[in-house]
Amino acid sequence: MFEISELNKRNQKTQKLFQILFLMMTLMLIAPVVIILGTLIYKGGAIISVDFLFTAPTDGMTAGGIFPALFGTVWLVAVALLVSVPVGVAAAIYLSEYAPDNWLTRIINLAIINLAGVPSIVHALFGVGAFVIFFKFGTSILAASLTLAIMTLPVVIVASKESLQAVPKAFREACWNMGATRWQTIRRVVLPNAVSGILTGVILEVSRTTGETAPIMFTGAAFFLPFLPQSVFDQTMALSLHLFVVSTQVPGVPDELPYGVALVLIGMVLLMNSVSIAFRMYLRGQKKW
Amino acid sequence: MNTTAENVSSQIDYAIHTDALNLWYGTFQALFDVNLDIKQGIITSLIGPSGCGKSTFLRSVNRINERLGYVRTEGLIEVMGQNVYNENVELIQVRKQIGMVFQRPNPLPISIRDNIIFGHKLHSEGRKPSISEQDDIIEAALRKVLLWDQVKDRLNSKATELSLEEQQKLCIARLLPVKPSVLLMDEPCSALDPKGTEAVEELIWDLRGEYTILIVTHNMAQARRASEECIFMLMGKVIEHTATEAMFVTPEHKETADYIEGRYG
Repeated sequence: MFEISELNKRNQKTQKLFQILFLMMTLMLIAPVVIILGTLIYKGGAIISVDFLFTAPTDGMTAGGIFPALFGTVWLVAVALLVSVPVGVAAAIYLSEYAPDNWLTRIINLAIINLAGVPSIVHALFGVGAFVIFFKFGTSILAASLTLAIMTLPVVIVASKESLQAVPKAFREACWNMGATRWQTIRRVVLPNAVSGILTGVILEVSRTTGETAPIMFTGAAFFLPFLPQSVFDQTMALSLHLFVVSTQVPGVPDELPYGVALVLIGMVLLMNSVSIAFRMYLRGQKKW
Repeated sequence: MNTTAENVSSQIDYAIHTDALNLWYGTFQALFDVNLDIKQGIITSLIGPSGCGKSTFLRSVNRINERLGYVRTEGLIEVMGQNVYNENVELIQVRKQIGMVFQRPNPLPISIRDNIIFGHKLHSEGRKPSISEQDDIIEAALRKVLLWDQVKDRLNSKATELSLEEQQKLCIARLLPVKPSVLLMDEPCSALDPKGTEAVEELIWDLRGEYTILIVTHNMAQARRASEECIFMLMGKVIEHTATEAMFVTPEHKETADYIEGRYG
């Protein structure tokens, strides 16, 4: 009565087959990561040194370090965040806590989704038109960072909105029922509980922004500069563009140099992602609902 | 301010008075001509089968219903002699005067201390209450809900770590520093075990006199044990409103008798 039947056997075989198939797909997913990292470390690992990180390129960018590009990337990302985080979080607070469910709110939400889907080269051209030409910032850190900021805004808004909405409604009700205004509720209860999610979103966004090339190459990133930027109105070198330049635009670059640049870039991104994950785990551990 | 409120309240016998109260959720009418006079300083329970409008009524007293945009209310609701739907009424003051306790305890994810002092801080107009002042308020509120002895040594630990029973007591306690006159309770014991239910019921019983308490319950035995007057609602209408003992011993209406005996609901 309880013996295995032919049908059972066939079904189990199929089930096994699919399990293996899904496992293979998953393994394929991580293979590129392993291969990329492996190649970069193997080919570019040797060039990484303190000197490489902290000196300028020499000999027509075929030797020396990457300091101006590293420095420039940090600048670009920092200024972009300084703009996109306050604006994005404020917008998220409005959308999550204040906005009534009407056509305007729906249009705003639609606009945000569409903004997230705009290709980065289109952002770049918008940046040229708006910031470089119209606002007369010229090709500068400011113009490039603002372009990056607009690009990162939708993600900051969506991540912030989601973490705000993840705060249980019961907390808000508790506050309102003691006579708290919406702002008091947001400041004392909602924001403190959403901050971990917001920060995680922001850090992940930093790592993505770090690697962006198209939006900055027309708006503020330079091919080569013999000096460091003095203010946000100067141009700057950037890691992502520098990688593009040394791999395709400059003759006579030693093989390991582009690999080294790529390794630094990916290292920064991975480091920030790890920080973000560790931070989230820490804050989750703190939380008890 | 306080003294005038007391003067007013000593002149009127009814904490809540409604006249021809009708309420719609969109096109669905949830309350039909509700006329109620709820006496001050006693515990009144609201009973009736699911969907009879008892929670809706509770939620229209402190105007929490309005947050759902599609609610339309007609008629009069007076709390302590004042129409809460008047145009010059400030919602914050309404919420302050009328505390609400929910089915599921909802302490804020902050310390026990901060939970209790939260409401007080909101309303202390820029002036920060001194630490000793705060300590007094916290102790008084926690003693009132019979929680002080259990938590006095861990006031700084998170309120969400307490047991459900303790959490619900805390949720009642944190309303007290704001000095409400009416407490609305929406099935305050339904998330608790029998022991917790008993403890919270006892606490509610102790609070009568000082506060007017309106409590929605599904639990007939609870209504009988823990209230002085009882309102039976059915399909959005008030069927019967009498002293609790009378309702359970000699109900006037057949619907009431049937519900109490468990024929439906």
